[in-house]
Amino acid sequence: MPSTRDIRRRIKSVKNTAQITRAMQMVASAKMRKAQLAALAGRPYAVLMNEVLAAASEGAGEFTHPLLEKRAVRKRAVLLITSDKGLCGALNTNLLREAAKYTKDATVFVCAGKKGAQWVSRAKRELAAEFSYKDTPLFAEARAISKSVQQMFIDGTVDAVDVVFTNFISTLNQKSEVRQLLPIQEIQALEAGVDGEGQTRKLGEASREYLFEPGAATVLGNLLPHYLNYQVYQFLQEAKASEQSARMVAMKNATDNAKQIIKDLTLEYNKLRQANITKELLEITSAAMAMGT
Amino acid sequence: MATLKLEIVTPEAKIYSQEVEMVTLPGVDGEMGIYPMHIPLMTQVAAGEITARHGGKDHFLAIGDGFVEITGERVAILTDMAIKADDIDEARAEEARKRAEARLQEKLTDEEQATVQAALVHSLTQLNVKRRRRS
Repeated sequence: MPSTRDIRRRIKSVKNTAQITRAMQMVASAKMRKAQLAALAGRPYAVLMNEVLAAASEGAGEFTHPLLEKRAVRKRAVLLITSDKGLCGALNTNLLREAAKYTKDATVFVCAGKKGAQWVSRAKRELAAEFSYKDTPLFAEARAISKSVQQMFIDGTVDAVDVVFTNFISTLNQKSEVRQLLPIQEIQALEAGVDGEGQTRKLGEASREYLFEPGAATVLGNLLPHYLNYQVYQFLQEAKASEQSARMVAMKNATDNAKQIIKDLTLEYNKLRQANITKELLEITSAAMAMGT
Repeated sequence: MATLKLEIVTPEAKIYSQEVEMVTLPGVDGEMGIYPMHIPLMTQVAAGEITARHGGKDHFLAIGDGFVEITGERVAILTDMAIKADDIDEARAEEARKRAEARLQEKLTDEEQATVQAALVHSLTQLNVKRRRRS
């Protein structure tokens, strides 16, 4: 039976933990709002880029580009987008489960985020590159990642590139997903950032005849790498929004659990205290009775 | 008088959206002036200065390289950097330029080099636009 002092000590320590988790929850929710806003702010760009791509791919006619080339897949690169820090529920576990499905010998990993890189070295997989990205991903960071995988694809080190990332569906729901990045299969409409409904509209709806300068093929050729950069940027934003909301939910649960524990412990403490008092009273009265007789 | 809708967007935000009478762009093959009713055109722009005439007055913006979609009633610019001339902070742009130049002296990987190079172009463009406006 623990003494009242032990219980008091435990209550205090749980209280401290609850305070920390509550603070982390606040921070994550603020960051989540920021990440969602950032994803929203990029939407006009996505829409516009789609229109340009649609028009350009229509105008270019028969068009070949190294990034569109389909080859037999001997080696595959996987871009693994995880978080840098833990304490965000099952987010990274789910991602790594997807990543572990790839065969060991025919896969190299490109990691964004520390958790992924740690896993790759722990699981003794092949790591090609590691990148970091900030709380609000910068386009320059996405460009660096995208360029490095494009390079690997073009010089034939790998024959396909997949992305494993967490798609932000809602604050309570994030899903780890695998998408093919390279070769570009068919240019799909970039999905609309935050609501993440994954609407994919086939292109070719632009009916206007465009003039191209210096030429449709040139413009499209320059646009494709840019399109990839932007896609990676969007993946990073999705991943960040997911991470923050997953952390917020995890921390909220932790705070709630801590509160429940405190409640239970307080009850136990009071019971114990009362039992002690009763016991003392009994002792005193029985002593008095023994003396009186 | 007919107007054009000029839209300038970057991955981070929509920088500019306004009805204008005329736009001048730094195309890859030289400057282009766009009036309303222009033939539909798709082209690339280099880093430089955009002039938007609106209400008889010229407004200036610095942009990075990117793509432009032109239709008879709309000019849409996709770029990685855009800033209004009035918003350019000369001291900060100058500082960014110096920092980028200093970084270029160090040993860099290709990717870092490209990033720094891009940052340098951005700050130089901003400085050029700002200085030209003053003189």
